[in-house]
Formats: sequence, C-alpha cells, structure tokens
Amino acid sequence: MNSCCTFLRSSIGKKLLVAITGVILIAFVIGHLLGNLQFFAGPHVINEYGTKLRHLPFGGLWVVRIGMIAAVLLHIFTTLMLVKENRAAKGAGYQFKASVQAKVATRLMALSGIILLSYIVFHLLHFTTHTINSDYAHWMDGEDHDVYRMIVAGFSNKAVAIFYIVAMVLLAMHLSHGAASLFQTLGLRTKKMACRLGLCAQIFAWVICAGYVSIPVAVLTGFYDKKHIGNAETPSCCEAPATKGAK
Amino acid sequence: MNLKLKVWRQKDRNSEGRLVDITANSIPPEASFLEMLDIVNDELTRKGDEPIAFDHDCREGICGTCSLSINGIPHGPSETTTCQLYMRKFSDGDTIYIEPFRAKAFPVIRDLCVDRMAFERIQQAGGFITARAGSAQDGNAILVPKQNADLAMEAAACIGCGACVGACPNGSAMLFVGAKVTHLAELPQGQPERQRRVLSMVAQMDKEGFGNCSNYYECEAVCPAEIPATVIAKLNREYAVAGAKDTVGVE
Ligand code: FES
Repeated sequence: MNSCCTFLRSSIGKKLLVAITGVILIAFVIGHLLGNLQFFAGPHVINEYGTKLRHLPFGGLWVVRIGMIAAVLLHIFTTLMLVKENRAAKGAGYQFKASVQAKVATRLMALSGIILLSYIVFHLLHFTTHTINSDYAHWMDGEDHDVYRMIVAGFSNKAVAIFYIVAMVLLAMHLSHGAASLFQTLGLRTKKMACRLGLCAQIFAWVICAGYVSIPVAVLTGFYDKKHIGNAETPSCCEAPATKGAK
Repeated sequence: MNLKLKVWRQKDRNSEGRLVDITANSIPPEASFLEMLDIVNDELTRKGDEPIAFDHDCREGICGTCSLSINGIPHGPSETTTCQLYMRKFSDGDTIYIEPFRAKAFPVIRDLCVDRMAFERIQQAGGFITARAGSAQDGNAILVPKQNADLAMEAAACIGCGACVGACPNGSAMLFVGAKVTHLAELPQGQPERQRRVLSMVAQMDKEGFGNCSNYYECEAVCPAEIPATVIAKLNREYAVAGAKDTVGVE
C-alpha cells in the first residue's frame, strides 16, 4: 500500500493518472457523440434514446454520471498538481523566450481545459438540470422527454450555439494533444508510430469536433424536423422556440 | 564580424544576475561559439574586467560539459553542442542573448555555469550495473539481439549535458533519465537491477525538483545526441511496470 502511494505521488504516477482519466473522458466523448448524432435520425429516435438512458438497469446512468465526475475531478486535480510542480521546476525561465517544436495546442492545454470546464458546467445546467431554462423539463413527446425540441430551442439561441461551437473547437485542440500524449504517457509510443500518432490524433480530434458541431449548425441553418417542433404544444409560460409556427 | 551580446552575468549562487551588453568585435566566422567567447574574454581581461565564466572541456561535442542557451535555445541554432556551433551560423551585427540553462534543479553558480550535480545524483541512485570486478569476459559471450543493441546504443549516446532540462518549459529531466533507463533496460547486463533502477532514479529525479514532462518534445529538438522522446515513453512504461510489481511485491 505504501509503495502504491509513493507510486501515485511520483511524477510519472501522476502523469499516468492524467492519461488514464483522459482515456475515460475520451471514451465518454465518443459515446456522447454517438448518442447526439441520433438527432439526425429524427425526434422519436433521440427522445426514445433519452428515455432508455434514464432507465438503464442498476441505476446505470448514475453510475456513469458519478464515474464521469470523479474522472473529471481527478484529471483536473492531478493536472493542477503537475502544473504547480512544473512552474516551480522551471523557475524564472529565459529572458529571451523561444521554442523549437512545441505545438500551439500543447501550449494552450491549460486555457482550452479551463474554457472546456466552464462550458461543461454551463452545458449541465442547460440540458441536464434545466436550471437555465426550467421549461425544458416539462416538454414531452408522448411518454418521452422531448430532447429533440430542447436541442432545437437551445441552439436557436445564437449565443449558446456559438459558445458550444467554440468549446468544441477547443475540445479538438485539447484532444489533438491529449489523444497523442496518452500513448506516450502509457508507454505505448514507439519511434515507428511517433510521426503518424500526431496526425492520427489530429484527425480523431477534428472528426469528433465536426460531429458535435454538426448539430448546432443544423439547427442554425434550419435543417431539422420543423413539423415536430411546430406540433409541440407550447405551454403559455414558455418562450416559444425560434421556429414556432413553421410547418 | 561584429556582434552585440547580451550576456547573463551573476557573481555567485546567492547573487542576483542580469543581462549585460557586451560587444564582440572582429570575430572570424570560422570561430566556434566558445572561441568567440574566448576572444571576448581576452578583451575583457585586457580591460581589467572579469571574464565571462562558461563551462567547456573537450570542445569536440563528446563530453557534454559545454552548456549555454543562445537566444533562448540550449546549444543555440545547431544540431550539436555549443562547442561545435560555428559563428558562420550568425550574421554581422546580430544581437545574441546568452543565458545559462534555466531550471530550478540547475542553479547558476556563476555567469553561464550551472550546477548539474543533480544528474550525477540521479545516476548514483541507479544508473549503473553491479558487475563482478575481474578480468573481462569474452565480448561475444553475451548475445544481444541487434534491435535491442541499436536501441541501447541510441540511448547511450546521451552525453548528459542537460540541454533537455534547459529546453523543457517544465524543467523536466525525463529525456535524460529516459535515456539512462532505456540504455540499461535494453541490455542483458541491465536486467538484474532493472526494476529497482527505474524506481530509484525516478524517485531521485523527483527529489531534485525536476518538473514533469507534458510532451512538448522541445527536449528531443535540442538534444545534441539526438535522443528521441520515445525514451520517455519507455521510461513511463518501465516505471509503471516496476511500480505495479513493487506494489504487489513481485521481484
Ligand atoms: S565541450 Fe565537450 S561537448 Fe562541448
């Protein structure tokens, strides 16, 4: 047990923690995207999917939620410890600042991470807890919660859509460094794969970004099921979605 | 050629340092960077000023003693060491910033000299093999697969100059430690102490106050021995396996 603590407190132990939690977060990002893309399969598919998620056996949704929160917190907390040590280790640095091959995405990891975190908090308050617009909670599609309508209403607000798109671009930057780095930290990067790994991580990151961004773009360009939105009854208390009446 | 130098001058460990403007006049382009500093020092001595202190020894790129960061880059704009950098890489009238390697674990002793004993202490923690002293056995008695020999040789090229630490935005020594660990882990002679070695060397590295690699890969770009950053992946793997084995008590 003692050696386990020493291990986790060491420089490489902490890096491993960041990499392993990173793998968990990447798995979530992929899973979440696959769920989201059902938006394009129409309202009933994604609404039913939402209901299915809520009724996963053994409280599966809560297991995932708690697991994700733990992974996010561990990822951030360990990184903060590493950053603190790294600042101390570098000291004053050079008067003449230069770098040879460090990538922009690498240098902006902290910034992209912080903005992403603030986005995640907003996103949860917006679509999960409905704190930002409590009407969302009452929108129903038959037996299912009307997730589709919530997405359309949410992204019809240009500020929300732009924040989302910016956050997803930052996610791509964060992933383009992180997805390649985790191979290095887990000790899997070899000379043979070194150059291709960077490229693969870039492609992966931007494909994920494109997938996520496609949804607000579809909403903003009116590429969604207007009939479904038009048919949905709008309780008098609610602000109407931007496309009310479009049939 | 004439150059404007901005040189870090610092009396000793405990004094504050600062950049001082010094001109270098009539420098031949075929002079090495260190010879340029020799010429400048001659001039300073003639004027009764303190010469600039800098580390050097072999001056042929093999010992790893010379250091310096030139315009913020350890060993400057060459693929080799400062002693093997020639003034023809610069142009007449250039302004050149000359600073010591920067990292908390490499304190400045004087001017451009830093204390790199931290590397020695990491080596003493495990960067060796315990071998029977006596007459050498036949060189071919221990067979080493070509692939392992190549990887070991590549890592063994590390001259321990510390440029990796000087270049790393995190002041990390993982390229150095990775090279030492890889070198011995690839060879049969390194096997008996393999697990203990990586654990002790990393523990010493952390104790010395070096930072943690966050994969900028600046180190491999400045390394005069061209050690690839994949040795850090190897270090991480060795450490993870050794740590796991140590935790459950497997030798
Ligand atoms: S003086 Fe020996 S490597 Fe430069």
